[in-house]
Amino acid sequence: MGTLEQTVETEEHHGPARGITRWLYTTNHKDIGTMYLWFSLIMFLLGGCMALSIRAELFQPGLQLMAPNFFNQMTTMHGLIMVFGAVMPAFVGLANWMVPLMIGAPDMALPRMNNWSFWILPFAFSMMVSTLFMEGGAPNFGWTFYAPLSTTYAPPSVTFFIFAVHMMGISSIMGAINIIATILNLRAPGMTMMKLPLFVWTWLITAFLLIAVMPVLAGVVTMMLMDIHFGTSFFNAAGGGDPVLFQHVFWFFGHPEVYIMILPAFGIVSQIIPTFARKKLFGYASMVYATASIAFLSFIVWAHHMFTVGMPLAGELFFMFSTMLIAVPTGVKVFNWVATMFRGSMTFETPMLFALAFVVLFTIGGFSGLMLAIAPADFQYHDTYFVVAHFHYVLVPGAVFSIMAGVYYWLPKWTGNMYHEGMGKLHFWLSFIGVNITFFPMHFVGLAGMPRRIPDYALQFADFNAVASVGAFIFGLSQLLLVYNVIQCIRVKRHTTAQVWEGAEGLEWTVPSPAPYHTFAQPPLVK
Amino acid sequence: MAQLQNENIKLVRKLVLGSMLMFGFGFALVPLYDVFCDITGLNGKVTRTGAAEPMQVDRSREINLQLIAVNNEAMPWQFEPITAAMTIHPGLTGQTAFLAYNPTGQNMVAQAVPSVAPAEAAEYLQKINCFCFERQTLEPGQSREMPLLFVIDPELPEHITTITLSYTLFDITPQLQASYRNGQPSMRRFML
Repeated sequence: MGTLEQTVETEEHHGPARGITRWLYTTNHKDIGTMYLWFSLIMFLLGGCMALSIRAELFQPGLQLMAPNFFNQMTTMHGLIMVFGAVMPAFVGLANWMVPLMIGAPDMALPRMNNWSFWILPFAFSMMVSTLFMEGGAPNFGWTFYAPLSTTYAPPSVTFFIFAVHMMGISSIMGAINIIATILNLRAPGMTMMKLPLFVWTWLITAFLLIAVMPVLAGVVTMMLMDIHFGTSFFNAAGGGDPVLFQHVFWFFGHPEVYIMILPAFGIVSQIIPTFARKKLFGYASMVYATASIAFLSFIVWAHHMFTVGMPLAGELFFMFSTMLIAVPTGVKVFNWVATMFRGSMTFETPMLFALAFVVLFTIGGFSGLMLAIAPADFQYHDTYFVVAHFHYVLVPGAVFSIMAGVYYWLPKWTGNMYHEGMGKLHFWLSFIGVNITFFPMHFVGLAGMPRRIPDYALQFADFNAVASVGAFIFGLSQLLLVYNVIQCIRVKRHTTAQVWEGAEGLEWTVPSPAPYHTFAQPPLVK
Repeated sequence: MAQLQNENIKLVRKLVLGSMLMFGFGFALVPLYDVFCDITGLNGKVTRTGAAEPMQVDRSREINLQLIAVNNEAMPWQFEPITAAMTIHPGLTGQTAFLAYNPTGQNMVAQAVPSVAPAEAAEYLQKINCFCFERQTLEPGQSREMPLLFVIDPELPEHITTITLSYTLFDITPQLQASYRNGQPSMRRFML
């Protein structure tokens, strides 16, 4: 077994191994973090290509480029890859890199398991993507895979999809266990819980969410597997089951899942804004409590995704009000970020630009979420492009922008070189403009009644859809700049200091840039 | 370091146990959900079946009962109610029937699954006898009038004036064959 002790001792004197085995066998948190981030970037580009094929088809009404079934496969795979392949691994990668550095730990608590939880992912996603080439095509039932679309009427490849979900679930749970063990057991002396950087706090809470709900996801796909192959009737009304049960179990996982994708983003933004405002984070303790309240509330709001299934009035009211309650802790966070910036000496480097865009655009996504939370109004919005606009606003300029902000913020620490500020800003502005051109018009077509997940649409939606498609290609192609910036930052020697940013505070900025292969072999003392 | 290793192992045990419990909880949601629907009468599942207690007939109002027959996809039978709607006083035993006809060339088994709208009314609709209590087997070309005996509880809230009772007919022939092959019935109990 590769214990933490062995890892630190054997590698202390050797540095990284050479060749491919360095990456295959590594137990080093920085190597594994790097692999997670590259994997996530590849998945982001792949999922992005699928999104662009969707937008290309929707550029005009009528069917131009693809058959409806392939369109459905694209929407399904785009959602699955972006959620499970791009956003979640990116956050795990950032946690791997930064959590040990931030709390003064030499490595993750369970280094061998860390290696395993990463290396499951390429296999899971190869299996998932390979379904595109199978007879009957890839899963085409949407990323929410509602039964009976995903059971009775599913293509044969659904079994591969189920096992891929099992594998990525195992990977996430192991990653979460590792992060909790690291944060609870490996903090440097003097690093009390209420001194933890917020990125660490938000990840600790996220990890508990993962442990609570990823097994439920595994359970629901297992039930699907049994319905499809072993003659059970969990979701089959003919056998006494109920398709609505699927939606309940799925969203019991699904709603905490959306917070899994946004809480670490809150953490990253809470690191970046104080740095560039050159002020301490306003309301640290309230940030911690707000994060914990959001995590708790995420378990009691799931049925707001299913207002139209025919719930009784009492249920609709309960889920409506509990959902609206989430606006309170989220509002606390937004006001704290604004208060942190208030009267700060702000500068606007690329990470700060992404973080600011996050605050503004995530708030817009939050407000459209409040509109969707109103049960009587939701009957009009349900399954329209308004929903698509809402969750893309919280996930793209929300989660994805925060990841980009984090990448630009920590890239000098990882590589030892400064990225090209001008190119970074160009990337930001193209992304910012592209994202808004893409997703803002979707609010309008959604309110006017355009349904989601349909390859064709009525003529009155044509102009806004053309605009959205243009924006999507601006946003999509500008991500090539991200790839360019990252590679350039690795290759072009523009040495930077240990602290990198003038206003940066925290243990991760006390180690040299690039961060040595082993850091904090002797724990630092935190005052 | 050894002590740290111990602490890590202890914590990991707890966390793994936690995730296993949550896996179990996912499955526990299935019966919990049924129990919840049973208690609250949500989801339009009719929970009251069997012989009715004698009830006070409420002649002051009449309830409009609409009857709907739906075929599940791939179900070739003809299936319809003999009357699409009827009015009845709460507390009075009502009787109607549904017609089923098997136009195919083979023996088929069907199961009707009921649903009541509004869901609030479900717990007040008591079925004394219903064709949905049993599987229906029809030979090729055979037709049958399938009876339904019911009573509406006079406790039914005042604001409900119309109740819709819908039956969806499922072809369960393939499932039955599969469960015979496996030597055991594979279906869960019907929640009627």
